[in-house]
Amino acid sequence: MHAIDVHGLVKRFGEKTVVDHVSMMVEQGEIVGFLGPNGSGKTTTIRIMCGLLTPDEGGGRVLGYDLVTEALKIKREVGYMTQRFSFYEDLTIAENLEFVARLYELRPVREHVDRTLEDLGLTSRRNQLAGTLSGGWKQRLALAACIMHKPKLLLLDEPTAGVDPKARRDFWDEIHRLAAEGLTVLVSTHYMDEAERCHRISYISYGKLLATGTVSGVVREAGLVTFVVEGPGLERMVSEIARLPGVEQVAPFGATLHVVGSDEKLLSDSLAVIASRPGVTVTRGDTSLEDVFIQFMSKAQDNMA
Amino acid sequence: MSHSRFLSLSRFRALLIKEFIQMRRDRITFAMMLAVPLMQLVLFGYAINSDPKYLPAALVTTSQDHYTRAMVSALEMTDYYRFEHVVGSVREAEALMARGDVVFVVTIPSDFARKVDRGERAQILIEADATDPSVASGAISTLSTVASRALLRERGITPTEAEANRQLEVVVHRRYNPEGISHYNIVPGLLGVILTMTMVMMTSIALTRERERGTMENLLAMPASPLEIMLGKILPYFVVGAVQVAVVLIASSLLFDIPFVGRMWLLLLAVLIFVMALVLLGYTISTVANTQMQALQLTFFFFLPSILLSGFMFPFRGMPFWAQWVGEIFPLTHFLRVVRAVMLKGADMPAVAFEIAVLAGFILAYAAIALTRFRRTLD
Repeated sequence: MHAIDVHGLVKRFGEKTVVDHVSMMVEQGEIVGFLGPNGSGKTTTIRIMCGLLTPDEGGGRVLGYDLVTEALKIKREVGYMTQRFSFYEDLTIAENLEFVARLYELRPVREHVDRTLEDLGLTSRRNQLAGTLSGGWKQRLALAACIMHKPKLLLLDEPTAGVDPKARRDFWDEIHRLAAEGLTVLVSTHYMDEAERCHRISYISYGKLLATGTVSGVVREAGLVTFVVEGPGLERMVSEIARLPGVEQVAPFGATLHVVGSDEKLLSDSLAVIASRPGVTVTRGDTSLEDVFIQFMSKAQDNMA
Repeated sequence: MSHSRFLSLSRFRALLIKEFIQMRRDRITFAMMLAVPLMQLVLFGYAINSDPKYLPAALVTTSQDHYTRAMVSALEMTDYYRFEHVVGSVREAEALMARGDVVFVVTIPSDFARKVDRGERAQILIEADATDPSVASGAISTLSTVASRALLRERGITPTEAEANRQLEVVVHRRYNPEGISHYNIVPGLLGVILTMTMVMMTSIALTRERERGTMENLLAMPASPLEIMLGKILPYFVVGAVQVAVVLIASSLLFDIPFVGRMWLLLLAVLIFVMALVLLGYTISTVANTQMQALQLTFFFFLPSILLSGFMFPFRGMPFWAQWVGEIFPLTHFLRVVRAVMLKGADMPAVAFEIAVLAGFILAYAAIALTRFRRTLD
């Protein structure tokens, strides 16, 4: 059984189609990264999967339950962490956890709360108002509250936005530990390093799923070639290179320029002129996931125009 | 473990506890719930008086005969008039009134004493500043009785009812409240006004706060049904309403000596239905408003016409027909009728059954709107 098995999901808000025939299969215990620009439909797709929204078209099963008719059963076994901290800032840490425990009908409440506080290392601060926690701690509290009822599927909507690198690293270690225990995770993110920590990624843009697979698979399938240009006066060369035939992206990376295109022959011919200049070297480089996404985004914009 | 789809007591309890904690922690709101009834009671009960007394008056007279003195002291005895100025000319008196120094000018003509002695019909002129008509109404209505009695007594005739009545020009007839004490009318009405304001406002804010702070999304993602969320939101404010009712009733008896001639259970029944309608209205508002600010604005959009057109501020029958018609759509209008009838007139169930049924109608209407609106806001 797949943890997520949905197909042809469509969601419209008025005239706007926010989710456009999205299908997705996620194996149990998998960590799947959900990527795409702002407003691409990530949050809406996640909300459909946890039963918050009903799709206009399509359907499928989440944890074996029907998306449309068994939303309440899905809610009981899914943990959903919203983009914004959405627990009660005017309740203490312990009160928030007690509230969640009672809503999920976990018994005894006290025991569940105490264990969660201990795991979090927040036992001594249990009576502190949640609103007074720092961003990183709020995120840890939210995650703890989401997994207290031992969900089988965890849906995380940009969980690490505004969290420092150390807290992000800890967060991801925790996600991998949970996945190892069999929890399935779907996580939306903007960070490339986080995408690279996922078993698989799915890229969505303007409501359409454009690519899915492992990071290296997605990069390979994009069929992009990257050349690294080094030498004096790079800044002045940017606009010149951008106009060359076959060049699709030019981006400065420190003391180098990454030039990306999909036609290797055309690109290398174009760059030969640049390479012939004194002090300038052009070498073959690795295409990064970010290059692939920039390519997706500019293509999608072309389609919209 | 069986899980009810629509209503689980455990989940409902979770929502209730959470709501009470939040209520307790929001000190200002909590203080307001208790302070508002007391503050309004004191302000409306003591400070605002639609039957004002000791109004400044001027006396225009050229003679100092004993009839005039008798008249003046009789008028002052009514507590309505306070003669602060005695002037010799009408022009002076008019200047006083134009400046707002006096509300009344009582003019006693120079031939007044002579006419009274001869038994002729004597005249006095009372001019009232009618810019606020309600100010002078009580004073004027008692005037003719008092004046004629005083005159008869002064001429050595013990005024019998018949004799005094012959000269009555204004019939004063106030049922249920013979002395015209305005807080008899205002304090029971305040019960309705206080509940309208706090109940609608608190409930509408409580739910929009969840949406504004983003906690609504989380709440809906957890296994809580719309019915549980609605009841969990409403019940705590129900309790607050009960406390407010107790405060107003105790205060009305201790501070204002309002007679309670009707049946307590009937009043409480009406209050229960009224409060139910109000919290549901608040809940309905919260399904429309996106922010707490909007909820507040909508509450006041409802609250102001409620107090103006319900018969709380102004006599309901004194309003034009269209305004009465508009007034009927506010629960407060119907509640005021019930509460005044029960508290002051001792009305029984059949007498107020219709108004109570109308209040119950509001419950059905608001609940229907709230639940349908809520389902839509899920998507």
